[in-house]
Order: sequence, then structure tokens, then C-alpha cells
Amino acid sequence: MISVRHLYKSFNGREVLTDISVDFKPGITNLIIGQSGSGKTVLLKSIIGLHEIDSGEVWFENVLFNKLDFKGKKEIRKEIGMLFQGSALFDSLTVEQNVRFPLDMFTDKTLEEKTERVNFCLNRVNILNSNNLFPAELSGGMRKRVAIARAISLNPKYLFCDEPNSGLDPKTAILIDELIHEITGEYQITTIINTHDMNSVMEIGEKILFISEGVKCWEGNKDQIFDSDNEKLNDFVFATSLAKKLKKNNNQKEKV
Amino acid sequence: MLKYIFNELGEYFILLGKVISKPEKWSIFYRQTMREFIAVGINSVAIIAIISFFMGAAVGLQTAYNTENPMYPKYLIGLGTRDSMILEFSSSVAALILAGKVGSSIASEIGTMRVTEQIDALEMMGVNSASYLILPKITAAIIFNPFLTLLSIIVGIGGGYLACTQMGGITSEDFIYGLQYGFIPFYITYSLIKTLFFAFIITSVSAYQGYYVSGGSLEVGRASTKAVVFSCLLILLFNVILTQLLLRK
Repeated sequence: MISVRHLYKSFNGREVLTDISVDFKPGITNLIIGQSGSGKTVLLKSIIGLHEIDSGEVWFENVLFNKLDFKGKKEIRKEIGMLFQGSALFDSLTVEQNVRFPLDMFTDKTLEEKTERVNFCLNRVNILNSNNLFPAELSGGMRKRVAIARAISLNPKYLFCDEPNSGLDPKTAILIDELIHEITGEYQITTIINTHDMNSVMEIGEKILFISEGVKCWEGNKDQIFDSDNEKLNDFVFATSLAKKLKKNNNQKEKV
Repeated sequence: MLKYIFNELGEYFILLGKVISKPEKWSIFYRQTMREFIAVGINSVAIIAIISFFMGAAVGLQTAYNTENPMYPKYLIGLGTRDSMILEFSSSVAALILAGKVGSSIASEIGTMRVTEQIDALEMMGVNSASYLILPKITAAIIFNPFLTLLSIIVGIGGGYLACTQMGGITSEDFIYGLQYGFIPFYITYSLIKTLFFAFIITSVSAYQGYYVSGGSLEVGRASTKAVVFSCLLILLFNVILTQLLLRK
């Protein structure tokens, strides 16, 4: 489990996150939602220590992560997998080398064992016969899947995904969501996903944290989101006409 | 302005502190360094050879035209070409060319990795990204650049020999006599010492410019330009300092 307590973060005197407290449980997909610029990515990067926080606490199980030194953080980070918005695959390495990279860095396995693990991870994300391709030769969806394979290659306890659906068509986006959801349940990973994709919210939002202008505004799950009377949340979730119609239909059904 | 300079210097030395640390795994460091030998060194052999050949030829011909007076012995042309190549052209001018070729490539490579979050990905995995990316480049350049300098000296003198014997009105014997006349072996050492400093400057300054890029492709381009400009300025500055330190009687 990951717990955040009273987290504050500012850049050049401008407060970006204010008093964020939340728990993220293992085995379920935890979503952080909010408008662009609301502070989602800063929150994610603050939790994993890519941004130094101004004050507050970030706990990974019983370890106060933000107070650890570089070595201590390094140990925790070996248990973290991260899927970046742009996949962040290493351009100079092939698909196989990308997925094998954490294994090369942090394990003493033989090449056969590493190749076996790489193939297992690639199979798990349905990437077949592409081991020798370079990232530039892959589609956006394939790149995301390879990035997921790399993220899970060391059997992480924690998985962070920064807008995993950005730039993908709705069908591929759903496939990626389902994949993350399955892996989370299968390996009991504590997964935190940053998104503003409402499809993701409806599909895999087992726990949802809504932040607006750096402040935590709402916490719940995908079933509770329809019934919320939080004005800011409703403005965000039901911004599209499709979502408005959905809500209208939902309300009418409830009345009947 | 002064604050900006000290700020940049501080960040540069902090980065160097991160770079010069024990590699995560020696086998990976070795593999990366081998890769950089090709990128930083072997891929520069052709350009250094071509430029040195024409530089040597031009230096030889200029010396020949300036020593047409019968008072000057003909072997001075060989001597002038040799010393010009060893003392200045093969180390400093070649370094300026490498700053343009290798420096911009390093800054744009690392800068692109920064803006596409590849460096964040390394940090997330618990890898010291500065050491992983930059140390092999510095190591490869420091080991390989002296060979480039030696190659440049040989090819440059060869260019001077060909140009002068074919077009400069000097015999092969005179030129070769000039090459041997009053040779001071320390000049080679001086040239190689300068090369080591220049190799460090080119790789570390360019890597620094790329490592701290923020933004997009426009900023990567700017970082690449800054890498070349600052590397060249530092090469020229250290050229003066090292010359004063090493050749002072």
C-alpha cells in the first residue's frame, strides 16, 4: 500500500499541490483524475520522488519514502514499474533489449533466463515476433505495451502509469486499460494511474481520486461517480455531451 | 550575469559529481563504452583524416609561399608543417571540429532522452542516469581522441608533403629533412595532453547542456548550439592556459 499524507508541492513559489492525503491499496486500479494542469503528473512524480516535495509524507508500506537517501530510494525503486506518457522506451535499444534492461541492471540471471523472462513479459502484453524491432518501428499502442512489459519485468510491487491512453484510439486505449487492470489483479500490484480519459474511469476506476487546481476534491469509485453532487467533479466528468446523456439516462432509470 | 555563470558552474560540477561514480555494473559500462568508441571515436576518423589532409596541405603551401626568399632554406617548409600540425592544428583545430560534430550529437542525444522522459525512466529504475549515460562518453573520448590526434598529425604532414612536393617547388628530400630537423619529442606529449583536456571538455560540457534541457525539440536544438559554442570557447581558453603551462621555459 502507498499512503500520502499532507503533501505540498510548489514550483518557484507557486503552489501546485495542496494538502493531498490519500491511500492507494494493492490489487486494485487506483486512478488520479483531473483536468490538464490540475497537478496529476506532479502528484505522481512527487510520490515516486522525481520531484522533491515541500512537506508531507509518502509511505511505501511502512517505509517513509520521501525521507530516504538516494540508496534507500534506489532499493524501493527496484520494486516500482513505471509507464510514462510517451512510453519512454530507449530509442537505441530493440524491444527485447528494452524489456531486458532492468534485468541486465539489477539481476545476475543468465542470458537464457533473462530472455525467457523477456519473452514471458512480451507474451503477457501480446507482443509477438517483434523482439528485434526498434521503438521507432512500433505503433503507439505497441510502444505502450512494450513499456508495460518493461515495467513488469522485475515483478514490481508498485506500478505507476502516467496517462497510459494518451494518443491512442479508443479501442487500443481500452485494451491497454484492461491489460493494466488484469496485471494489477494477477500480481496484486499497487497500481496508480493518471488519466483524464473517462473511458478508463468507467472501465477500471476501482478507486478514483479527483484533484482540481492541486487540491483533492473527491474520492470514490466508478459506481459512486454518477451519484456525486460535487460540482467540480461533475463539471469534469460530464463535460462531454455523451457523458451528459449517460448521466441523464442513469437518473431516469433510477426514477423509474 | 555573474550569478548566472556561478549557477551554471555549480550545476556543471554537481553533474560531474554524479557522473564520476562507480558504474552500476561493470559489464554494462564496458558495453556502453565500446558503443561510444564507435560513436565518439571511429565515426570521427574519416572527417579528421580528410580535414587534416587539407589542413596540412594548406599549411605546407602557405609556408612554401612565405619562404620563397632564397635566404630561407627549403627544409623550413617541412619543419613548419610538422610543428604547425603537432602544436596546434591536430590538437586544437581538430578539437574544434570534434566539438561541432561530437558535441552537438551528444547534447541532442541526451537532450532528446530528457524531453522524451527516457532519463526519468532510468532514474525511476534506480539507475544513476548521469553516470550511465555520460561516463562512457567521457571515457571513450579520453581514450580514443589521442589516437585521432596522432592520426591527424600523420595525415596532415602527409598532406603537406604531397602538396609541397607536387605544387610547392620543394624536393622530397628537403621536406623530409625539415621534418626531422630540430624535432622536440615533447611537442607530441604536449599535443596529447591538450587532447585529453579537450576530449573531457567536449563530452562533459555537451552532456551537461543536454542533461538539463527542459521543454521540447526547440530547446534541444538550442542546447546543441550552446554545447558547441561553450565547448569551443573552453577549448580556446584551455589552449592558452595549457600552452603557457606546458611550453613555458
